[in-house]
Amino acid sequence: MSVITSQRVLFLVFCRSKRLISIVNEERNWSGTTVRSVSVIYVNRNVLLKPHPSRLQSWNEKVFYFQQPTAQKNVSTTVYEEIDMELSGAHILVDGLKREGVEYIFGVNGGAAMPIFDALYDETEVKLIPMRHEQGASHAADGYARATGKVGVALATSGPGATNLVTGIATAYMDSIPMVAITGQVMTEFIGSDAFQECDVIGVTRPICKHSYLVKSCDEVADVVAEAFHLARTGKQGPVIIDIAKDAQRAETIFQHPDTVDIRSYKPQVNGDPAQIAKAAALIKEAKCPMLYAGGGVVLANASEELRKLTLNTQIPITVTLMGLGAFPETHPLAMEMPGMHGSCCANYAFTDADLVVAIGARFDDRVTGDLGKFAPKAKKIHIDIDPSCIGKNVPVDVPIVGDAKNVLTELNKLVDTADIDPWRNQIQEWKQKYPFEYEQKGNKVMPQYVIEKIYEHYSDAIVVADVGQHQMWAAQYFKFTDPRTWLNSGGLGTMGFSLPAAIGAQLGCPDKTVVNINGDGSYIMTIQELVPAITMKLPLKIFIINNMYLGMVRQWQELFHDKRYSAVDYHDNPDFALLAQAFGATGLRVEHPEDVEPALLKAKGINDGPVVIDFIVDEEENVFPMVPAGAGLGDVIRGLS
Amino acid sequence: MSKEERHIFSVMVENRFGVLARVAGLFSGRGFNIDSLNVAETHDKSVSQITLVTHGDAQIIDQIYQHLNRLIDVIEVTDLTTGTHVERELLLLKISTEDPRKRAEILQVAEVYRARVIDTKPSSLVLEITGDEGKLEAAIEIFNTYGILELARTGKIAMMRGGTN
Ligand SMILES: Cc1ncc(C[n+]2csc(CCOP(=O)(O)OP(=O)(O)O)c2C)c(N)n1
Ligand SMILES: [Mg+2]
Repeated sequence: MSVITSQRVLFLVFCRSKRLISIVNEERNWSGTTVRSVSVIYVNRNVLLKPHPSRLQSWNEKVFYFQQPTAQKNVSTTVYEEIDMELSGAHILVDGLKREGVEYIFGVNGGAAMPIFDALYDETEVKLIPMRHEQGASHAADGYARATGKVGVALATSGPGATNLVTGIATAYMDSIPMVAITGQVMTEFIGSDAFQECDVIGVTRPICKHSYLVKSCDEVADVVAEAFHLARTGKQGPVIIDIAKDAQRAETIFQHPDTVDIRSYKPQVNGDPAQIAKAAALIKEAKCPMLYAGGGVVLANASEELRKLTLNTQIPITVTLMGLGAFPETHPLAMEMPGMHGSCCANYAFTDADLVVAIGARFDDRVTGDLGKFAPKAKKIHIDIDPSCIGKNVPVDVPIVGDAKNVLTELNKLVDTADIDPWRNQIQEWKQKYPFEYEQKGNKVMPQYVIEKIYEHYSDAIVVADVGQHQMWAAQYFKFTDPRTWLNSGGLGTMGFSLPAAIGAQLGCPDKTVVNINGDGSYIMTIQELVPAITMKLPLKIFIINNMYLGMVRQWQELFHDKRYSAVDYHDNPDFALLAQAFGATGLRVEHPEDVEPALLKAKGINDGPVVIDFIVDEEENVFPMVPAGAGLGDVIRGLS
Repeated sequence: MSKEERHIFSVMVENRFGVLARVAGLFSGRGFNIDSLNVAETHDKSVSQITLVTHGDAQIIDQIYQHLNRLIDVIEVTDLTTGTHVERELLLLKISTEDPRKRAEILQVAEVYRARVIDTKPSSLVLEITGDEGKLEAAIEIFNTYGILELARTGKIAMMRGGTN
């Protein structure tokens, strides 16, 4: 056996990255008694951890010796073993995040999460991004996930920290965004006692997450982290909660990250049934007036390429929903633009006349279908979705296909050809030409649609993050999206305040892209505090406020359906957003005239050492058209102009 | 609207805390009905079985099935009503015997329902009856004429006939 000196042991230790090595020093004194001392080195962090005495026993069993055979009793022998790491729950958690490839974690600190924040303090692989409000943290994690397709991670303390995350979790849930939200919980012994800052987070979030874990022991952490990420990013994606008690964060244990995750009760069906796909292909072949209707699921499944192929192979007209914008280029002649309440007349008329609707990763949302009784009355329906509960929920379906959009479309593409539907295509072209999105210039006002058109002109390559309201609809209508993951918005929950923090997440995830935030005056002020981390990190966000001094979307409904009784929507008491931006430390500009729109946009282009806020003072009472009033059929769309 | 039907679901779930809340929350959150619910461990300690009676039209029943399946802790969902199945319920009745002359009569009726007497006191006795819903309803009706002091009912448990399901 070889003689190994302490120095050599250390050398070996440093050759193995990320491993924890224990060094056992045995010394025998003259009387023959063995004195053992054990030290542990966690190589990755170069931190010497004290082993837990109770673990000594179990280590000994696994020891393999490089022992100096010795007759002399006073020679010290160095023994080492490679052991599974013994770390605190918090460090295991962080280690797990690294294994999952997490780059950023967005959080706000607090008592019950302090050990986790402490573990992140000197961490370089997983970068902690302190936000100013937990809602901002969850939206930032969400924006990161939407822009990159990776799992976003948010972190908050117990009680109020956790409840502040809730809006962001629900937002991600409604749009099936992969996210892991980690919350500190009070000590296990206090759970259920109404302890200080205790809140049943698992209970509160039960209906708004894909799954949740309450972790009461550090022994569960490694498995829970692996499962949580697996659940978040597979099947129908969504947020998963890890609520971890403070004592479980602190306690140390030997652990092993699982190599694979196998949850016996969770086996999402990713491949479509070939017989169903064949039936779909047959229907597509027969149809005289078919249309494709693609949603956010196509983006989530990274199936835009396959969708393009299907559209081009078949030459069937396509409408892409608010959640799916960019899945198919809106600039293509076959594109009918988005359907629904504020969608294009063309897409809505197409639904009304189609004899076949092929839904792909879209869910027949009520904002798309209008009155279900009048929705696509002549059409057979094919519905491709990863989530079987989504199929047949709102609309009866003729050919359901459960599976991942990418897989199903790949198979479907093998079975379809150019459709022989010229008269229908001509009809679509006619509608398209006759009813484009349009608006009227009022006097010398800055028209909100004009601002969006100009933003598109100068930032067509950007990732656009919109908030909720009229400005969101105008952005969707007048910006032409050509690539997936370049349009981020809270379509399902419609969460005001989403966009600024989401833009932060998107910019961190895509540092080489320009990120444009199209915000409303009402929405912006809901999470305005997140300007602070954006400035601190010098993120070159372009924050464009479409400022109509109103909760415009609600005002529009009041104008049309409540006799102009403008209850609680008048925001003329808004602060000066340009000055406010400057007070925060960002560049702030104010635009009040149409001729200043372009120069301001160009100026913003040149400022890249931090966020630029442009406050566009637009026409106050402009409405979004076309509009299908709630409860009406898509054919009853109000086109708006005379 | 197609017509409403009663369905019995057998739901195999992970035997963990919080699972029942997820199942129950799904029903309350989505406005589905629960007529009865029964939960117990199975021979495999890691699995619990929930027997759930619900009603709704075909579309609702399909949604219930799909949403149950969507819960991560749900291992398997079977709609027992789609095949031939057996169902049973257990009923405990405490009946007043203040009037000693009625005691013999009560015991005779109990015989008809194959009820077992599992406790007797001078002024009351406790009967155990198993059966399907119809039988239990009938028993309750008749025993009520003697004065039911207390009633406890399990809700249904059920399984498919034959095969391995
Ligand atoms: C958190 C939240 N509260 C309320 C609403 C209801 N709501 C929908 S749009 C809207 C107005 C948004 O105002 P603003 O951000 O100024 O956008 P605008 O419609 O004026 O473009 C409101 C209040 C919402 N969607 N989210
Ligand atoms: Mg506004």
